[in-house]
Amino acid sequence: MNPALAVVTPYTVPAGLMDALQVTVLVLIAAGATAVVVIREPVRQVIALSAYGVLLAVLFLAFQAPDVTLSELTVGSVVLPMLLLLTLAKVRRREK
Amino acid sequence: MTPALRRWIFLAGAAGLVAFYLWGLVGLPGFGDYPGPYGDIINRIAVGQTNATGVVSAVNFEYRGIDTVGEEFILFVAAAGVSVVLRHLRSEREREALDEAREAPPTSDAVRYVALILTGPIVVFGWWLASHAQTSPSGGFQGGVVLTTAFVLIYLAGQFLAFQRISPTDLTEAVEAVGAGGFAAVGVGAVALGLAYLTNFLPLGSTPGGVFSSGTIALISFFVGIEVAAAFVLIVGELVEQTLLVREGTK
Repeated sequence: MNPALAVVTPYTVPAGLMDALQVTVLVLIAAGATAVVVIREPVRQVIALSAYGVLLAVLFLAFQAPDVTLSELTVGSVVLPMLLLLTLAKVRRREK
Repeated sequence: MTPALRRWIFLAGAAGLVAFYLWGLVGLPGFGDYPGPYGDIINRIAVGQTNATGVVSAVNFEYRGIDTVGEEFILFVAAAGVSVVLRHLRSEREREALDEAREAPPTSDAVRYVALILTGPIVVFGWWLASHAQTSPSGGFQGGVVLTTAFVLIYLAGQFLAFQRISPTDLTEAVEAVGAGGFAAVGVGAVALGLAYLTNFLPLGSTPGGVFSSGTIALISFFVGIEVAAAFVLIVGELVEQTLLVREGTK
């Protein structure tokens, strides 16, 4: 074990700045989640969900989890909306 | 029960809930406060023990590798479940992919160009993520899903036929099985050497975070990457097929 390798951050962020960023993102998350619930038209709702996925990715980045950011960005804002849109297309075609 | 009584019972219950909720909030530790010793210990020893500078990967594929095996098979079973549920039923007929391609509305040039420009870099990025778990922010899962995005882009570019050609179901299923099985096999490999399941038995390399460092962590992550990518491509492919090709009614 080499203790010199452990937990050395080569940068510092002003304390207040990081807090301001995290609070801003949390407020945006609350607004985004509300928007997804309030929008009732399914296709618009999926688009809002996709945008909300991007917001969540920013949240994870602001809370120092870049690996989760990458997963959320692809699963939450690309793959999941795509699966939902495909399902909507299938259901609508059947209704015709 | 009269409506008035029902309302009183609800209000009493709601008040109790709010009281308990507030009481619970008061007792919470402060924001960002971490009381447990486990995370601090891992942060201090992980790099030295595993030679992986991506400590998240070290935790996922080494310290709690057995949990990750379980998660891996959850995704595996989910993808298998989607293929079973969306299998072709006798009452359904399938349209020719070519017919569908002729009828589909043309994709806009903007979407085509964006997809064309992004596909290559995304494949490289996803592959790098999946095969370099020893550095942050890499790892098999995010690498796998990023690779999936490349397949989704090809579909979005209007190349449904190309999407089918580059991800035939048989091949995708085989890759998925190799990924899931490979992870489990690495664990069994340790057992064959007389060590505990999933013990890191490969050389750790000399440079922390280097290409040939971290032993089984990078190897497991690679298997996880191809498993995740194949599972997601399989799920997306099944839904695309359902939407575009399968119609109700007999032949």
